[in-house]
Amino acid sequence: MKKAIVMNPKDNVATALDDLKAGDKITVVSSAQEVVKEVTVTKPIPFGHKLALNEISKGAEVIKYGEIIGRASQDISLGDHVHVHNVDSARIPMPKAVREQEV
Amino acid sequence: MSFMGYERPDGSVGVRNHILVMAVAPCVEPVARMVAEGIEGAVPVTQHGVCLKEGHETIFNTLVGVGQNPNVAAVLLIGMGCESLRPDLVGSAIAESGKPVEWVVCQELGGTRNTVVRAKEIVKAMAQQAKEMKRKEFDDSRLVVGLKCGGSDTTMGIAANPAVGVVADLIVEAGGAALIIEPVEAVGAEQVLAQRAINEEVRNQIYKVVSNEQKRWSVPGCEMEFMCKGNIDGGLTTIEEKSLGAIHKAGTKPIQGVLEFSQRRLQKVPGPGLYLQDGTHFEPHAFSCMAAAGAQIIVFTTGRGATLGHAIVPLIHVCSHPETYERMKDDMDINAGTIIQGKESVESVGKRIFNEILEVASGKLTRAELLGYNNFAVYHRDPRLDILLGIA
Repeated sequence: MKKAIVMNPKDNVATALDDLKAGDKITVVSSAQEVVKEVTVTKPIPFGHKLALNEISKGAEVIKYGEIIGRASQDISLGDHVHVHNVDSARIPMPKAVREQEV
Repeated sequence: MSFMGYERPDGSVGVRNHILVMAVAPCVEPVARMVAEGIEGAVPVTQHGVCLKEGHETIFNTLVGVGQNPNVAAVLLIGMGCESLRPDLVGSAIAESGKPVEWVVCQELGGTRNTVVRAKEIVKAMAQQAKEMKRKEFDDSRLVVGLKCGGSDTTMGIAANPAVGVVADLIVEAGGAALIIEPVEAVGAEQVLAQRAINEEVRNQIYKVVSNEQKRWSVPGCEMEFMCKGNIDGGLTTIEEKSLGAIHKAGTKPIQGVLEFSQRRLQKVPGPGLYLQDGTHFEPHAFSCMAAAGAQIIVFTTGRGATLGHAIVPLIHVCSHPETYERMKDDMDINAGTIIQGKESVESVGKRIFNEILEVASGKLTRAELLGYNNFAVYHRDPRLDILLGIA
């Protein structure tokens, strides 16, 4: 089964360890390689990109490494791709050109 | 645990026994290379900035610190004769560490050929003396290890950097010192470092050095790229995420202090524990900063496969991406890609790196050393810019 890794128990995102396709049922493991949960992916997610481990409402904190990495700029569902199209940095906003290029 | 190192007159412990042939100015770099050529253990270095001392004290301080580094047994300095960053000034400061230091001046000795002949005699004698020094057993509490990443990709915050974080903790638990650098890479994650400061003063210093570096690199009209397209393509979404991944190298222990790197002084690692050096993020320059602060070994993490070395400090390459490791095996000391493949825990890779540090400290050559990587660069932090930015 394809995998994603979650770095901290507080995290609401995991990082894909394989290229994931929409509909893939994947195993989410901890950094100690223990199985944490299973998630069905809703959109294609490339290796190294993030997926949501639960619902994240617009404005809510996106947490990785147990820390806030940004806020959801729209509602995010379980298994969604989490990236520049639905997350904003609190520190240095992504230039508009980069964001448009990515989405 | 212990390792076999070289005891220096100032009580520090080296893991290599280099004879440093240091050209204090770029013009005499070829002379240094001619002198070191063919002499076992002799390493030629120079700085490529200017040869003036005033306003360039960070260059002066780095050269002195590198000369005093415990991996150096003896130093021969070479000057042209017209520089104000003079070999006798650098040399006398290095000599305070008690190791043999001598200098030659090209103009005084009547040109290149005479200088090379005279300098070779000195360096040969130093090399002979160094050969007679024997490694002795030292406790691992004597380790001073620098931690740095480069050629970053999305795997680093998951595999290599957390594994190096385990190493930082193991070093500190053993009573040794771990050193992180590059405050600019903590932008967006400074609160995580700051909350680990041992006191209010250190906490404020952490915020200050990160903010200062951001100011130096974000002058309006000439902004620095904090996030590049490659980061985003690779899956990094925000600067916070990128920085949090990078500072994983620092493990979980309290930060004892912020080491100054300025016109005034280059502060060395003063004792055990974890420290943040107010240095630079450019790899070869950062390595010299850490060497000048007393690092004996540097652990370098990479995902894309950056390969580097340093003239006097052995560099252990930890590769984060399993595909990069397969492609560049010959350049990599440790494969942390096993974490990505689900074959090994972060903890287990961290322990492997720590064991490798002990072996390298006892004389095992790193891949970069075997390949002949001996990068050397000196970072100049211009005090004029700091004055203009109001952060001096």
